[in-house]
Amino acid sequence: MSNALPTAAELAERLAQGSLSASQLVAQCLDTIAERDGSLNVFLSVEDRQAALQQAEAVDRRRGSGEQAGLLAGLPVAIKDNICHAGRKTTCASRMLAEYEPPYDATVVEKLRDAGAVIVGRTNLDEFAMGGSTENSHFGPTRNPWNTDHVPGGSSGGAAAAVAAEMVPLSLGSDTGGSIRQPAALCGVTGLKPTYGRVSRYGLVAFASSLDQIGPITRDARDAAMMLQAIAGHDERDSTSADVPVPDYLAAIEQPLAGLKIGVLREQLSGDIDPKVKAAIEAALAVLEAQGATLVDVLLPHSKYAVATYYVISASEASSNLARYDGAHYGYRTDERAMREALRREEAELKAAGKDAAVAQLDSPLVRMYRVSRSEGFGLEVQRRIMLGTYALSAGYYDAYYRKALQVRRLIRQDYDTAFAQVDLLAGPVTATTAFKIGEKSEDPLSMYLVDLFTVGANLAGIPAMSVPCGFSSNGLPIGLHLQAPAFEEARLLRVGHQYQQVTDWHTRRPALS
Amino acid sequence: MASDVSAETPYDIVIGLEVHVQLLTKTKLFCGCSTAFGAPPNTQTCPVCLGLPGALPVMNREAFELALRTAAALNCRLAPFTKWDRKQYYYPDLPKGYQISQYDLPFSSEGYLTIFDPKGRFEPRPIRIQRVHLEEDAGKSMHDEQAGRADSRIDLNRAGTPLLEIVSYPDLRSPAEAKAYLTELKLLLTYLGVSDCNMQEGSLRVDANVNLHVRTPDGVVPTPIVEVKNMNSFRAVERGIAYEAERQYRVFQETGKRLGDVPKQTRGWDETAGVTKAQREKEESSDYRYFPDPDLVPVTVSEEKMRQVRDQLGELPAALRERLQTQYGITLYDSDVLVNQGRAVVDYYIDVANRCGDGKLAANWMQQDVMRTLNERGITIGEFPISSARLAEMLSLIRGGDLPGNRGREVFERLLTTDESAAEAVAALGITKVDQSELEELCRQLIAENPKVVADVKAGKLKAAGAFIGAAKKKNPNVDPVQVKDLCLEIIAADNG
Repeated sequence: MSNALPTAAELAERLAQGSLSASQLVAQCLDTIAERDGSLNVFLSVEDRQAALQQAEAVDRRRGSGEQAGLLAGLPVAIKDNICHAGRKTTCASRMLAEYEPPYDATVVEKLRDAGAVIVGRTNLDEFAMGGSTENSHFGPTRNPWNTDHVPGGSSGGAAAAVAAEMVPLSLGSDTGGSIRQPAALCGVTGLKPTYGRVSRYGLVAFASSLDQIGPITRDARDAAMMLQAIAGHDERDSTSADVPVPDYLAAIEQPLAGLKIGVLREQLSGDIDPKVKAAIEAALAVLEAQGATLVDVLLPHSKYAVATYYVISASEASSNLARYDGAHYGYRTDERAMREALRREEAELKAAGKDAAVAQLDSPLVRMYRVSRSEGFGLEVQRRIMLGTYALSAGYYDAYYRKALQVRRLIRQDYDTAFAQVDLLAGPVTATTAFKIGEKSEDPLSMYLVDLFTVGANLAGIPAMSVPCGFSSNGLPIGLHLQAPAFEEARLLRVGHQYQQVTDWHTRRPALS
Repeated sequence: MASDVSAETPYDIVIGLEVHVQLLTKTKLFCGCSTAFGAPPNTQTCPVCLGLPGALPVMNREAFELALRTAAALNCRLAPFTKWDRKQYYYPDLPKGYQISQYDLPFSSEGYLTIFDPKGRFEPRPIRIQRVHLEEDAGKSMHDEQAGRADSRIDLNRAGTPLLEIVSYPDLRSPAEAKAYLTELKLLLTYLGVSDCNMQEGSLRVDANVNLHVRTPDGVVPTPIVEVKNMNSFRAVERGIAYEAERQYRVFQETGKRLGDVPKQTRGWDETAGVTKAQREKEESSDYRYFPDPDLVPVTVSEEKMRQVRDQLGELPAALRERLQTQYGITLYDSDVLVNQGRAVVDYYIDVANRCGDGKLAANWMQQDVMRTLNERGITIGEFPISSARLAEMLSLIRGGDLPGNRGREVFERLLTTDESAAEAVAALGITKVDQSELEELCRQLIAENPKVVADVKAGKLKAAGAFIGAAKKKNPNVDPVQVKDLCLEIIAADNG
């Protein structure tokens, strides 16, 4: 077997035929991880080799005894380190949760296990999924397999790089404002953000609850269909999960594109966009047209407010969701002795200076513990967003920020409703540029936020969206085509992606790695 | 004290109550953990109520139903659309850093509860209820703060227990009215079966907002509003408010500070010292940064559902009291005593009254002998050995004159210890009816045998006739003492004539 890792569908076929065993496959993936992770920093933890191999052997045995194998039986899977897996460190790439082990499994972890998948490790991310480059990780940045000087995108940078670097065929990410699609685009793999409510969020460590959604990052659209099939569906433990039947995605993707009407987000192709990206997207649209789709230009009038709206809503929810990390119950707590010592010293200094009023204002030990634990446990980007959100929800500012953002969010949804009354699907670029260099934007949070420009709309509207590899820039870095569909029309996205991938080979390209 | 201060206080007390009631659900508001009281710390918890990363709340339908029942019984408007909000603050017994509550769209609002005084010291009147909303309870912190070493332990068993917050308008005007409101509210909640209202176990908690409207030569001046907490019994609420009113008047006389001059203060009631004490101010002024909880979906309540809830309320205490008074001819006081005993006692009473045909007689026996026995034995009416039929039979015998009232208690005691019917008990005790001629003969005998008493009576000492009673009972225990005395006096008077 060559070093190249086939798609999950191809691997599943070989496993079914018996020309490959799950143990062999898992061993190969673990070997590749061991070999490549040193230079890429994709995994925050790798499953114990013996334990993973035992799981694989169990799958092989079951298959050998003629038992019905699950949809993902024997396939190695990586999951983003913000999805709870009982007894495994679930760090969210934060110092705050560096030692935290959840006592329960996320619903998606249960579903993967039920489908026979073998979880081989947990991938790096921007701390608490806040970021677009995987540089905001307490455990160091992940590197883009196509060029290790560049970022893999984020926040699911590890998840995308794991597939791009052929460490695993399948990986799970989460997408709050583009965190699956953007790294998928920047790493040349396929990433799908399902409809809000399509996949249970139970066990996904919340960043922004009304926007978060778990989804697959895979080699191609067929693999994404397979993985979505395994994880989608209603979950009683998530009140926001939708009780909508899950269609047969693998059957749906076989339907040709004739008669499909695609709306082109022309606005996103003009203005500040890398000409190579623009050319790649236009070429991809031409391919779709040649396959029988019709193209019309479509405008989303309120999309210019999407990033601002997104940052108000996501930061507001984050400020609340992250309040639980207070050092009192679990997670990081500052050194209490040093904290109390500092308090005593401050008190003595203030008293000596005769500042009695200031002494009265001094933190209680509890409040000081909260302050210091959170200052030390969270990285700067997380702290920035907590502050933004706290401000936006404060009395006197709520109406101007949070309420206003909810109103604009409704307008953005209406834009999509109007657009989908005319077309079946929307197409455009995932990002305006290819992967930037590590460190390039880290001193400029605002330019980093603008990376989300094309992707946040789908989260605000709750609709499914996908990134499909559609070319490379002159610097050799991948480009992604962004497809968006009406709610619960993942099948339509997967079908377009799959049909496109039948006539193109961008998704089959592998980075040259040692 | 200035001499011009009249006996009446120169101010009105203005009181609004915030009552928190734990609902009697089997499981918590947003997870499946048990709500039972008294389990070892942190044993009734799960990822959801511990606020672990990634866990999500799911609303408990049963809790919402109980909440709807309560609001309907409080004559509240039920909202067709309601949602959940996060109330955010940091405290170790609040594991998520926010409490799931209801802010601007509570599930119900604008109701009332009619209060009255069984002794008639104030007129019955409706106390308006501003809102009733549902929220999750916090855990419990146990502090051990000796020598400045704050060692706190946290029990999260209670975290997530469904809690109903019932907020009244400031319509109450005295500590007695506040107590009457709480008594009536507790009775209502007990009848609805939505809460056990146990203040010791914290299933009912009361905070009072208190200020004064002081009558001054320049008009009525309101004093700053103070929230009084830590009142752990209705008696404590009464005392706490009374103390707080006096304190506020004293402070007003000293400082002249009026509403708006100082921020709202929170004071805790100290039961042993009998005073309210200022509580430590919060670090920041309370901006709870409420916003809609994105983990929960809004709840809609259809017109049909609202109708159904109202239709299934059953007979509530106020209506029941009213019915007992009109149907059985008993006083407000008596009906209140009976209704306060709970529906089972009332049902027992109604059956006794219907069977014996005398509501007043039944009410007297209920309040004296039946309730005394229940209290002495610490049993419920369900465990009471005399069935309503047997008691009613006894009361019928009394009404028919077959059982002298003065011997009823002996029969009652016998019914308690035997399975006999009332008639059997009467026979067994040898109680028979004494007819008029028998009685007359007995009296003449007594007069003949007691010339000294007769002489005393004739001399105007009517009290002396009491001696006939004891003597009569010795001769025949079935005689009615009053009848004996009256008849003896009659005969003596006739002789005199």
